[in-house]
Amino acid sequence: MNLLGRLLKGFRFGVLPVPGRLLAVIFFVFLFILPRVVHLSNYWLLVLTFCSIFAIFAASWDVLSGYTGQVNFGHALFFGIGAYSSALLWKYVAQPGDAGTVVHLLQPWVTIPLGAVCATLAGVITCFPALRLRGPYLSMLTLAFPLMLLGVVFSFKDITGGEHGITEIPRLAATRFDEYYICLIVMTVAVLIMWKLTDAGSRYVRTGLIFHAIREDEIAARALGINTIRYKVLAFAIGGLFAGIAGGLYAHVMQVAGPSTLVLPMSFQAIIWVVFGGIVSIYGAVVGAYTLYPLVEILRGPIPQYRLLVLPVIVILVLLFMPQGIAVWIRNKIERECPRCKLTNVAWRKECRACSASLR
Amino acid sequence: MFDILVVMTLFKGGVYGLLASGFALIFGMAHVINMAHTAFFMLAAYGMYYFMLARGWGAWQAVVVTVVAVTLLGVLAYRFLLNRVRHHPVAILLITMALAMVFQEIMVLFFGNIFLGAPSIMPGTTTMLGVTIYNQNLLSLAVMAAVVIILWLVLSRSKLGIAIRTTAQDAEIANVMGINISRTLMLTMGMATALAAVAGILVSPLWTIYPHMWQSPLMMVMVVVILGGLGNIKGSFVGAFIIALVENLVVWFMPSGAYLKTVFVLLVMVIILVVRPGGLFGIVFEEERL
Repeated sequence: MNLLGRLLKGFRFGVLPVPGRLLAVIFFVFLFILPRVVHLSNYWLLVLTFCSIFAIFAASWDVLSGYTGQVNFGHALFFGIGAYSSALLWKYVAQPGDAGTVVHLLQPWVTIPLGAVCATLAGVITCFPALRLRGPYLSMLTLAFPLMLLGVVFSFKDITGGEHGITEIPRLAATRFDEYYICLIVMTVAVLIMWKLTDAGSRYVRTGLIFHAIREDEIAARALGINTIRYKVLAFAIGGLFAGIAGGLYAHVMQVAGPSTLVLPMSFQAIIWVVFGGIVSIYGAVVGAYTLYPLVEILRGPIPQYRLLVLPVIVILVLLFMPQGIAVWIRNKIERECPRCKLTNVAWRKECRACSASLR
Repeated sequence: MFDILVVMTLFKGGVYGLLASGFALIFGMAHVINMAHTAFFMLAAYGMYYFMLARGWGAWQAVVVTVVAVTLLGVLAYRFLLNRVRHHPVAILLITMALAMVFQEIMVLFFGNIFLGAPSIMPGTTTMLGVTIYNQNLLSLAVMAAVVIILWLVLSRSKLGIAIRTTAQDAEIANVMGINISRTLMLTMGMATALAAVAGILVSPLWTIYPHMWQSPLMMVMVVVILGGLGNIKGSFVGAFIIALVENLVVWFMPSGAYLKTVFVLLVMVIILVVRPGGLFGIVFEEERL
């Protein structure tokens, strides 16, 4: 009862008066009830499942590159490692069964977290050459890693399956409907964790504030006694962990862990979604993934041959008029920060809801 | 056979150098990572194909029209797209990437998703010191050398070059000194695009022309620019020849592993970056070092 009361109180004072958060809650409720209210074909369920997976992927890029400022051009490394290690663990941790069959000992719900752990380790390892570099140098160094791994994948064709990848790995769940809910729940939890970890105003975790400090001025952060190296490693680990989860989910939904998880477009897609939605805001990544990915599929119907032309044109137009990204632009339109107590208010209020300072 | 390696390295290094110097120029000036840089290179190659084969023009008319048209396109793209979001570096990154995709898709619509080849500007071969070289390669090397000298003269001697270098060092002070930042940036973008266009024209008879041909050079150009030290044009050329040599050596020593040439190029870049975090000729300020 106490917990419920606290939740209700949090909803009443923390969510209802802040339109951005209210919209986010409505969005998630909408996603949770959508397939129960409307009958969606398997195809659209799959599209929305991919949206959830890519939202995790994009948000993890935002934690590492948007918040901490370590602009990573090779985020597909973590995605691909998550996918490949999950598939490899499933395939090779096995024992011979009766009559030539193979019994696989690990199921997806074990291999996906283990794959994410591998991706986290990859994040920590990439960190070591990356810690000395900054700005575009760091971006190019990180860009190199997934492509180098791709070379390794093609060199050991008998283990990794070369360009076909590791095929026939088990599905996440029996139906697309269940897969949709699994991915949606994982996405909600992951995004909430990342949002809390990067919340600069949090009273419980300092990481958000420190990530901002590292991005804005690393020297000043060090001068304040913050071990910036440790927090950069942490940012890489968080980015790797969640991208690895996304990669594992993707592999099991596709039933293939192939080289397409490591290629350059995969890395850049994360950047495109985040920048389109709004960088340095976890919800921007979610909005970007949920807007652009289905848009490609929607455009496939009426104008198949102009699809790839219309999409970049939309991106250009949106960014010309809202260079901060679409989610941040909307947030700035509907929210206003009180100049005195820094509390977020609805933009059309005349005075602050807490300290009644004038907002005009 | 070894001399072919030398010629190929010189040619490829020259192309990468031309592309990378333009990329480095606009990066050093405006801190714009221009992902559409090699898309202009692709447009120039298509321009040569279109004017020479489809229109049947002479080589020199086609060259002039292509360079002018592509440069104009670059200037317009800067004036109407990039200039507006100059203060949002990630938005610029994304807009230029989207622009490259727009160019690519327009080329797919007009010419189809097929491999094309443009006719040679200067057909035939020459035998020099016992080596037979395509005249096209010789012409390319001569043009590259000429362009490098012109670029160096413009940057070091002309008033525009001084304005460009001043803006690159400190845009605010340059503005106070009466330099029109917006105009200088636009002219720099024009110069950078013209360099890309020249590179595109030079490779058009030798490389296959297809709508995705900008992607692999783009990565190589970014590697070259990082290797040489950002915004450093001398470094770009040195980096270009190193990368071209590595690419050719990989193909030379293991023809079956040609798909690994990108991996080796990236490996060289990673090693150099680990040893020298600012690239070969880049400057890392002491207070910035960790």
